[in-house]
Amino acid sequence: MTELRHRGAEAPIQTQPSEDKGSDSELRLEKDGASDGEWRNWWVRGILTLAMISFFFLIIYLGPIVLMMIVLFVQIKCFQEIITIGYSVYHSYHLPWFRTLSWYFLLCVNYFFYGETVTDCFFTLVQREEPLRILSKYHRFISFALYLTGFCMFVLSLVKKHYRLQFYMFGWTHVTLLIVVTQSHFIIHNLFEGMIWFIVPISCVICNDIMAYMFGFFFGRTPLIKLSPKKTWEGFIGGLFSTIVFGIMLSYVMSGWRYFVCPVEFNNDSNRFQVDCEPSELFQLQDYTLPSFLESFTGWTTVRLYPFQIHSIALSSFASIMGPFGGFFASGFKRAFKIKDFANTIPGHGGIMDRFDCQYLMATFVNVYIASFIRGPNPSKVIQQLLALRIDQQLHIFNSLKAHLTEKGFLPALEDVMA
Amino acid sequence: MTELRKRGGGGGDPDSSDKEADLDDRLGTDGECDGDSKADTPDVPLSTADTDNTPQYLNKALEGLPPRWKNYWIRGVLSIAMISGFFLIIYMGPIALILIVMTVQIKCFQEIITIGYRVYHSYELPWFRTLSWYFLICVNYFFYGETLADYFGALVQREEPLQFLSRYHRFISFALYLAGFCMFVLSLVKKHYRLQFYMFAWTHVTLLIVVTQSHLVIQNLFEGKIWFIVPISIVICNDIMAYLFGFFFGRTPLIKLSPKKTWEGFIGGYFATVVFGFILAYLLSQCQYFVCPVGFNSETNSFTVECEPSEIFLMQEYTLPAALQNILTWKTVNLYPFQIHSIFLSSFGSLIGPFGGFFASGFKRAFKIKDFANTIPGHGGIMDRFDCQYLMATFTHVYIASFIRGPNPSKVLQQLLMLQPIQQLGVFHTLHSHLRERGMLPPAAAPQAE
Repeated sequence: MTELRHRGAEAPIQTQPSEDKGSDSELRLEKDGASDGEWRNWWVRGILTLAMISFFFLIIYLGPIVLMMIVLFVQIKCFQEIITIGYSVYHSYHLPWFRTLSWYFLLCVNYFFYGETVTDCFFTLVQREEPLRILSKYHRFISFALYLTGFCMFVLSLVKKHYRLQFYMFGWTHVTLLIVVTQSHFIIHNLFEGMIWFIVPISCVICNDIMAYMFGFFFGRTPLIKLSPKKTWEGFIGGLFSTIVFGIMLSYVMSGWRYFVCPVEFNNDSNRFQVDCEPSELFQLQDYTLPSFLESFTGWTTVRLYPFQIHSIALSSFASIMGPFGGFFASGFKRAFKIKDFANTIPGHGGIMDRFDCQYLMATFVNVYIASFIRGPNPSKVIQQLLALRIDQQLHIFNSLKAHLTEKGFLPALEDVMA
Repeated sequence: MTELRKRGGGGGDPDSSDKEADLDDRLGTDGECDGDSKADTPDVPLSTADTDNTPQYLNKALEGLPPRWKNYWIRGVLSIAMISGFFLIIYMGPIALILIVMTVQIKCFQEIITIGYRVYHSYELPWFRTLSWYFLICVNYFFYGETLADYFGALVQREEPLQFLSRYHRFISFALYLAGFCMFVLSLVKKHYRLQFYMFAWTHVTLLIVVTQSHLVIQNLFEGKIWFIVPISIVICNDIMAYLFGFFFGRTPLIKLSPKKTWEGFIGGYFATVVFGFILAYLLSQCQYFVCPVGFNSETNSFTVECEPSEIFLMQEYTLPAALQNILTWKTVNLYPFQIHSIFLSSFGSLIGPFGGFFASGFKRAFKIKDFANTIPGHGGIMDRFDCQYLMATFTHVYIASFIRGPNPSKVLQQLLMLQPIQQLGVFHTLHSHLRERGMLPPAAAPQAE
């Protein structure tokens, strides 16, 4: 979560939850002039915000492939921003191997993760093409070999006087990879579950950002945490409630559309992505009996909801309560390394990391939430694994499964199974 | 792989030359009252590992010898002690092995974190030790939970609380980790931001290295003890052989980073290790105790290592290529396929394993420490002994996953049972027709239990 940063003026209004660097001297350096600068800043931020949100709608419309590429692009940009900060902190510019090695490690880790995803989702396509099949069978080995090459290059590149620097950069690169790449991988996984699992969490975080700022602007009084002095409790709580409401409404709107609700699948015949399916029961309207106090309150006995809307409450709550911690972490990081913004990519907003610092925890949470509460394993994946086993193991599993199904009554006791 | 460090005698350690790196830690101070810039500077206090503090009784026993021989003696005795310890724990069985691996992991983690503390003078931030250990517990909980859920599936399904923990395992682990993350954010103190972020990153990189590797070691162990013993023995053997070859024949230096290593030691160690691995694989492939995957018997609640050995542990005849035929005058040779695999494992252990040692040497030079800690007299800390093992464990795991085994059948069954009944039926029919095609099932009537 990022709050507005006033680049032009020093922050005069105490209730605004915008970030303070601890001393206004840095802000003063960028002052453009009088209050004109402040309004111009507002304008720039406002327009850019609208532009980013419209861009978000556009890429949703464009479909899964474009979304994946955008995620990849954002990830690369975030990685570059953090590595550049590391370089400037450690004055590493004169060690040319570093940039190469850092980007090489990024490529390796991405190859590993995307390879696993591609193998899962495009299974039939991969089995068809011979080179792809070999790459997929030995995927882990190839990834490991690539990583090892980078590791050996690192060891061979250790220069006598720069050991510590080099180890720092190595550690920095790896922590960045851990944060940036795994999270973007989770986002892609969520996306393949159904675009709604991609859109709703991101929208919740954006909404929380904006709502917390608004509530803080109008009602803010008690500071929230020493780390970000402009954040207030009023903004925090107001943001929580409005995000929950927003989440419920948004999920109601989206649950009606197959385009958002269906898992993204790859159609082997048409070689394209398709989003067509029977919506799971999460996305079918059900009647819920309201608890009695709500009944008297609203005068309804039952209400029709999508079960997904109940889940969206959990997602919104997480976005509002935990998401800010990601923002505090990024604020602390910026203070620790004495930078104002991660980079200067978006005018008025800072770098890509500034926009995405709260999203990271959210993506992991959604992935864990789906794995724990929503879906079970993917049946086609289970079949794949089954077919990879030895024949006697398959027979053993077949018998266990038969016993299990017969017990549960899904199979007639007298075996007479035809496909 | 560590080279002999002569504690008594001189040894021309070129550690002192990289003072400069320290200057880089200083950034221009500005108005921000962040005392970190001073704290980052780099005079790492002498580690306690630098002083000679072999136990008194050993000192007494070896009083008469000159210092150099005393050192050799201590190292020799401790080496033999460690190897005997290794045999003992193999004998004791899987549970003991798991406990030992966990102990080693915790000790390695502690050693590296202690170095980090010293480097960053973090002693006055008490939350840090707590947070670092807390993250260690979280990550271990996650990994061990995944392993247990896989291998002890039947036991887990039986006990109600375990079933609950297993079903929501990822969520619980994530919640625990998040709690630690939030504690970290809340513990950020104004003047120590940079220190705290450094320690946070240091902890995470350490966890990445230490915990994932030990987890992979345990998974290798469950594949069969031979996959645990042979790689570790290979690395130990390479260590000793490379040292011996270097001692007797060493002439050309190998790498600037470790000036005592020589090409002769490297190559001699390589060939000796390949031969050693070959012989060891032959010996171990005969015992079911080593070869069988470790299974958990739900009825007796104990580990069993009984099975039908897979085909890599069954003697097969190989036709020698013509070149070797002339030399040895044998046409065919009886080998276990595992011995062929052991050649690859040995090659990796000898050729790439040393890079783990160079990495650790570079690390020690970067942070101006002689040894990681002082746990083992004459040898340094646990990390000093295990620095080459890490890459080996990962390689063995990847090797097994890519070339040896397919997916774990009990895991697949578990996943099957988690599906919806309709999906299970679908899988059932698919499997049924597949097995019928392969001729494992009679085409008509009810399939018989095998």
